[in-house]
Amino acid sequence: MKPAHRVAIMLAACAGLLGWYVWGVAGLPDFGDTVSVTGTTILHAFAGERHTTNAVTTIVFDYRGMDTLGEELILFISVVAVTLLLRERRDESEDISPEAERAESHPRGSDAVRALGVATVGVTVLLGLYVVTHGQLSPGGGFQGGVILAAAFMAIYAAGNFVVLRRMGPADWMEPVEAAGAAGLALLALGGLLAGGAFFHNFLPPGPVPSTIISGGTIPLDNVAVGIEVFGAMTLLAAEFLNEAGIARVRGRSQDDEG
Amino acid sequence: MTVLECVALTLVAIAATAVVLVDDPLRQSIVSSFMGLFLSALFFVLQAPDVALSMLGVTTVVIPALVLLALARVRDVVPQDDHAPGPEEEAA
Repeated sequence: MKPAHRVAIMLAACAGLLGWYVWGVAGLPDFGDTVSVTGTTILHAFAGERHTTNAVTTIVFDYRGMDTLGEELILFISVVAVTLLLRERRDESEDISPEAERAESHPRGSDAVRALGVATVGVTVLLGLYVVTHGQLSPGGGFQGGVILAAAFMAIYAAGNFVVLRRMGPADWMEPVEAAGAAGLALLALGGLLAGGAFFHNFLPPGPVPSTIISGGTIPLDNVAVGIEVFGAMTLLAAEFLNEAGIARVRGRSQDDEG
Repeated sequence: MTVLECVALTLVAIAATAVVLVDDPLRQSIVSSFMGLFLSALFFVLQAPDVALSMLGVTTVVIPALVLLALARVRDVVPQDDHAPGPEEEAA
């Protein structure tokens, strides 16, 4: 096929795609339109039924909890797969000579980065815990808070160094943390099955009105479980990659010293 | 469409184009995190703060961090400094 023909076919396909796209966008409901009967019903009922103030978290962890469990398991499985692949590729790499470890344990990077890292760790942890525990009241929840908590972990790396991180051994104890979070949400859903006859049935009392941190029945607990899972997954992922990069760098340095 | 929405949409479009135009993956990871920041602002303007928070965490923290780590990993496998012999020199 001649290049000119190829371009012609490409342009025809693009024009067709553009037509379909404009047609589709033109048919969208206006911003803020109430098109779904279910959505309207839930938005009017959730505050009275669950004593929460955040509709999004209430739907995600209660009325449509099943979807959230699926999403969480996707994250869980993909992180486990990446971890398996990285460990498969890493051979005999755990042993680092004491000299190389000593060289790496010196502070690196600029003072400004280290100071900023130290300053942000505490605040980031606090913000993460707040977002996890207030999901049913204000924007946020387990997913968002879990990512913020994992960001605190990365700030530790920016503030310290690879050897400090290795001593903490996050790659070892983050696995059970991640698994516990994933299992926690599934068990809470099973609790609904046992207590109320339906998976993800909200089997705890909805709590006080006006809403507090314990309002929403199982929703705050679901959020904590997801927060633990996401924190564990993100930290495990980062720790595995850092292990890869860090070990290679420490080894490179010890080879330089020998040479 | 309000002025605020127009500004947010324009910023997203500019930042997204910038991500494509930047060649170096290292710089790209930082530019893309700015794109995520503007996208979070857009979601916030469109009254979806929950989505904005998720977007903020994933695009400004997780993606840049993992891209940087992956790049560090790739550079270990393929040394890019001038001292290391390239594949052609090694073969010769």
